[in-house]
Amino acid sequence: MTKPQNKQHSLTETERERHRKTTEERPKWDNKVQYLLTCIGFAVGLGNVWRFPYLCQVYGGGAFLIPYLIALVFEGLPLLYLELAIGQRLRLGSIGVWNSISPYLGGVGVASMMVSFLVGVYYNTILAWVLWYFFHSFQDPLPWSECPVKEDLQGFVQECVDSTPVNYFWYRQTLNVTSNIETNGSLQWWLVLCLATAWCIVYICFIRGIETIGKAVYITATFPYLVLTIFLVRALTLPGATDGLIYLFTPEWELLKNPRVWLDAATQIFFSLSLAFGGLIAFSSYNSEKNNCERDTLLVGCINSATSIYASISIFAILGFKATTNYNSCVQSNILALTNTFDIEDQNITAENYDSWLVSLNKTDHAKVSSLNLTECKLQTFLDESVSGTGLAFIVFTEAVIAMPGSQVWAVLFFIMLFSLGLSSMFGNMEGVLAPLNDLKVLPKWLPSELISAIIALVSLLVGLVFTMGSGNYWLEIFNNYVGSVSLLLIAFFEIIGVVMFRGMKKFSEDIEFMTGRRPNLFWRVCWMGISPVLLLVIFVAYIVVQAQTTPTYPAWNPDYVDFPQAEVLPYPDWVFAMCVFLVAIPVAPIPIVALYRLISRCCCKTNTTEPSGASNPYANEGFNMDT
Amino acid sequence: MFGLLLLLCLPPALGAVDFSDYENGYQVRLSIKTALGDEAYEWNESEMFLFRATIAFAMRQFTKTEAYGIDNIVVRNQTQRVSFWFIVTSPENPAQTVEKETVEKAIRRSRNRINNAFLLTDKTLEFLGIPPTLAAPISPATPPWLIVFGVVIGLVCAGIVALLTSSVVKRRRGNKAKQLPEEEDPAKGTDKGITCEDRNGVYNQGFSDDDRLTQL
Repeated sequence: MTKPQNKQHSLTETERERHRKTTEERPKWDNKVQYLLTCIGFAVGLGNVWRFPYLCQVYGGGAFLIPYLIALVFEGLPLLYLELAIGQRLRLGSIGVWNSISPYLGGVGVASMMVSFLVGVYYNTILAWVLWYFFHSFQDPLPWSECPVKEDLQGFVQECVDSTPVNYFWYRQTLNVTSNIETNGSLQWWLVLCLATAWCIVYICFIRGIETIGKAVYITATFPYLVLTIFLVRALTLPGATDGLIYLFTPEWELLKNPRVWLDAATQIFFSLSLAFGGLIAFSSYNSEKNNCERDTLLVGCINSATSIYASISIFAILGFKATTNYNSCVQSNILALTNTFDIEDQNITAENYDSWLVSLNKTDHAKVSSLNLTECKLQTFLDESVSGTGLAFIVFTEAVIAMPGSQVWAVLFFIMLFSLGLSSMFGNMEGVLAPLNDLKVLPKWLPSELISAIIALVSLLVGLVFTMGSGNYWLEIFNNYVGSVSLLLIAFFEIIGVVMFRGMKKFSEDIEFMTGRRPNLFWRVCWMGISPVLLLVIFVAYIVVQAQTTPTYPAWNPDYVDFPQAEVLPYPDWVFAMCVFLVAIPVAPIPIVALYRLISRCCCKTNTTEPSGASNPYANEGFNMDT
Repeated sequence: MFGLLLLLCLPPALGAVDFSDYENGYQVRLSIKTALGDEAYEWNESEMFLFRATIAFAMRQFTKTEAYGIDNIVVRNQTQRVSFWFIVTSPENPAQTVEKETVEKAIRRSRNRINNAFLLTDKTLEFLGIPPTLAAPISPATPPWLIVFGVVIGLVCAGIVALLTSSVVKRRRGNKAKQLPEEEDPAKGTDKGITCEDRNGVYNQGFSDDDRLTQL
């Protein structure tokens, strides 16, 4: 058999055409740094800043790091390695990858794509809110620092007086929230503008695929670290920062006995690494084949966790300062009340001698003192006020920023940081939608990729208008809790089963040996074949059980509520609850549907099994397929 | 009427009356040390004299007469806090007090002058029962946030347009290059030699020669 001198001699016209098309069209990273920064940016998101510190605080400070790191090692890193390796080897988006491994698993890719789309829609709304606050940070005084006056200039707006200016700015002037989820309200034009801006910014970064993402990510992935460091240095010079840090990291070992802690640690690491979105598979598919993905996994996974811990240090330094400020104003208001009631000379009672004064006044005139209803000021109470999510960023942190000198600068820095964190995560979401769409080959070739990106951005914007209504915040919470949770766990479970059982551990080890130069060691194999799937299943079941035990309720902001400004806890109406179930079921539905469809078509059309399917993977060598 | 009789019976200079019962009196509270810290001045009789003078001034400004004098401002119950009660008596009839509402309006109108005379603010010089008039919010013609929004969206749209036009230009140039005849294509030659190529097979690009490794 003569060896062809020049390979191209032995190719037909169509083969050459297809070869040129597929190798030309698959984009590539300019350098390794871009790829790593993109993956890190996708993994490091808003959750690292506003979810992890909250969990750390609630679950016993330093003690929480133990379940967190255990989950990282046994669940996070194996799954991450799996996704990066399979994407790099098969060099397609999520739909193409799972179709290549087994036609029955095609649904997994579709499910990833749908989840990426839905998450992208609501995630960008959060970025729109960040933009709104950013636009308002250029005023003096900051608009959330004081209540607006009523029209007759006789006093402040009642809703603001009852709650706080920060709360009022968030619930009324930003969201204009309705009092329950059934009242839709109207579209808030200012939020629509901010949402359109956010989508335009995402689009401009995405306009040429990874060519523009790779450039944008130099800034969006590195800027948050700069700002976190600046905040940390600033916060350490403010009073009370060390109190916050000590409070955060003091371990409470007792809490480790609570299984809830382990469940939350596992879910946190899972969602934090942005697994099962399909974005990581797509990013690694643009790599060269001989890239060391094992080292990439360790880098991305460890940097993600390190960022969480570093962010919580900064955040808690600021929160410690805020708690101290609140404590001081509590003491000052008590002092003022005593001074005014007993007509003591101004500034005779200070924070230092307050206790002795209180004791002596209590002795002389107990009735008068108790009629004042002085609140007992304890620093611990203020430190205990723990918030996560949007509450941390838009209520607690903005309040802290007001108390810092030069508030505008800190506000601007903070919101730019939040925006870059969210933007780099949005890249992964969008890639998780676009790469599978390219795999499906349903779009005509003459459509330029810029137009496809624009169409997707436009569709997402239109769907996202739901969240700009009066009840938008309630709907966003629903999406956040139901879309981005259970479905991802299921998809990840099927991913790991798919690779281990359908592709086979032997073949996968060969893949990795081809890519990195050596087979995966025992630790990875044990995790993939045993520990990680079991862990995922346990987490999934536990998650469902915990959700089923609590009746689904939501906190509503209702100024007419009896206990306002406390949130009114309302149950979800039935139709809303049906929507929640839908949101969980619909992304996951393709998995069984596609499997059944392929099964039925295989049974019906047994004669045509040798014909390669339209979405064949040019990189998969089926010459060694044992099935035929 | 009966109240007026009561007033006539009481000698106005006597401090025996507890002014907290008195309808037309106002309580004043000063927090000098809180406001001025180290530069706080001592509250003494001269300062009280100044206070009475400013209230008389306020009444003069409001009623647009020059009738009111220091003696029309009567102060009682001074404490260490520094707080005290005062009433304003009518210039024509020293036994009669001026209505509370009138006093309130007068003080509100001249509040700024009264505050500045003592280097204090609305919070540190309190007239209990007279809420401070809130400053009208300065609302500029365009809200500042719209300006920032305009800048950002302008930059972004300009960027999008620039990138799209450069893409279109690049594509047009690429199309023109493709129309040139493919002279370099060697595969137009005949198929020499035996090929192992199966027409129905799949080309395995796992072993392609193309060296397109990403540069580190």
